[in-house]
Amino acid sequence: MTRSTSQPISQSTGKPAEPRPLPEPTPVSQPFWDALREHRIRIQWSPSGRQWVFYPRLLAPGTLADDLEWREISGRGTLHTFTVARRPTAPPWADAVPQLLAVVEWDEGPRVSTELVDVDPADLRVGMRVVPVFHDDPDGGLTLLHYRPEDEG
Amino acid sequence: MSGLRGEAAIVGIAELPAEKKQSGPAMFTLDQYARLARMVLDDAGLPASVVNGLVTHGVQESDMFAPATLSEYLGLPLDFGERVDLGGATSAGMVWRAAAAVELGICDAVLCVVPGSMILPRSSRAGAPATPPWYGASSGKYGSPQAEFEIPYGNVGQNAPYAQIAHRYAAEFGYDPRATAKIAVDQRTNAAAHPGAVFHGKPLTVEDVLASPVIADPIHMLEVVMRVQGGAAVLVANADLARRSRNRPVRITGFGEHVAFKTPTYAEDLVRTPIARAADRAFAMAGLERSDVDMASIYDCYTITVLMSLEDAGFCPKGAGMQWVTEHDLTFRGDLPVNTAGGQLSFGQAGMAGGMHHVVDAARQVMGRAEQAQVADCHTAFVTGNGGIMSEQVALLLQGE
Repeated sequence: MTRSTSQPISQSTGKPAEPRPLPEPTPVSQPFWDALREHRIRIQWSPSGRQWVFYPRLLAPGTLADDLEWREISGRGTLHTFTVARRPTAPPWADAVPQLLAVVEWDEGPRVSTELVDVDPADLRVGMRVVPVFHDDPDGGLTLLHYRPEDEG
Repeated sequence: MSGLRGEAAIVGIAELPAEKKQSGPAMFTLDQYARLARMVLDDAGLPASVVNGLVTHGVQESDMFAPATLSEYLGLPLDFGERVDLGGATSAGMVWRAAAAVELGICDAVLCVVPGSMILPRSSRAGAPATPPWYGASSGKYGSPQAEFEIPYGNVGQNAPYAQIAHRYAAEFGYDPRATAKIAVDQRTNAAAHPGAVFHGKPLTVEDVLASPVIADPIHMLEVVMRVQGGAAVLVANADLARRSRNRPVRITGFGEHVAFKTPTYAEDLVRTPIARAADRAFAMAGLERSDVDMASIYDCYTITVLMSLEDAGFCPKGAGMQWVTEHDLTFRGDLPVNTAGGQLSFGQAGMAGGMHHVVDAARQVMGRAEQAQVADCHTAFVTGNGGIMSEQVALLLQGE
């Protein structure tokens, strides 16, 4: 993790805030991050394990077969669990409380760690339908995958 | 089934009092190892020369070669040197590995020592640490799945992940904040009877717990471990040395270990934890039933951890834990005494030694040395270790002769 978002001044303290760590794609995971920049979600499918795989790997988990294929999914899923963190989980999020941390279960099966946006914490329910929100890093190099509740009706 | 025969025993225990603010001078972990090793040998009444095995978590002053570094420093040649890396399950994992080495005849006596003070002497030349301390049990290194898929979303540390587990539990089984609070209260009652505990003499009520700030919904501040300075150790020895030691030997008769994920995002089932499999193996190996257990040392980083561990280890039906802990007395006077010296919630968590606190507390009870907090007729103890975020778990069964 060598890159960081520019986040010069903390609004609450007026001092330089610790930068938020950003992911750094690896040779194995690059297709996932490339797709996110295009606001698409691509994860791996393992024919030998007959399962979708996340996070990206070199060989299929369980079988260790060299059969992983990149396939696009919708990214829609359900809220598997969440928490409303009232204290920052680490210094880079000192100005971001409450943090809405969540695990989303994609309709294809795998789970992904994420942050929830555009939602009142009081409205959150385990099992609710959620949809992806693509958050482009201001530096333009990277897109993070956030989630919000699916619109009703 | 294969397993231990119960020939190896804990013959000595040592635990430094929990201190929020360290009273003594800063000591390197090497020095802490030596001090705790000396304490545990004195407690057993055995000379250092009997030791020919050592299990460690690591040495702060040296990234590699931990057993060799300690063997050299302590002047104790080893026939078995092992480094265990199971987070909060490290200590329980150390104990069964030591017992296995003794039963195989590789070792006569194995030191299992865990320093717990992070107040170390500081170099005047040292710069800033390469890794920010807030990574904790996470890895921020390039190529680490956590660095790439967890940390950027703020999913770091322990509070929020455990809170996510608690929320999932609530969705499946319901949630009674007064029940989890009672776990903290019962353990505080135990701490009040144990002079070494950091919260000795500071009673607690359910209302106090519920009035404490919410750290990560639904976990309150008083449901989270208290970081302290300290350290703990046990000596595991063969039957000959057990007869020569001054304590009632605490035989290690069953264990189980299960590790299947690191980050709970990828747990097969967030609310049915690896301790289930580990406990089943431990009880089968020891030939014991849950009803045979006189006291339980349950790893307690959070109250929800205790609750789910009691369920998954089979002391109450899955999903019924909230009601079960409400109806049962978990104090040292109760029907299932849990964490009789206060646990990490109320004795204090001396870093990695927090897991060894549970082993020491169980052995102390079986030895009959818990004084005001002694459980009557305590002959069988159940111990759990829990590392990562409910991701590395070890169960032990300890029995007096």
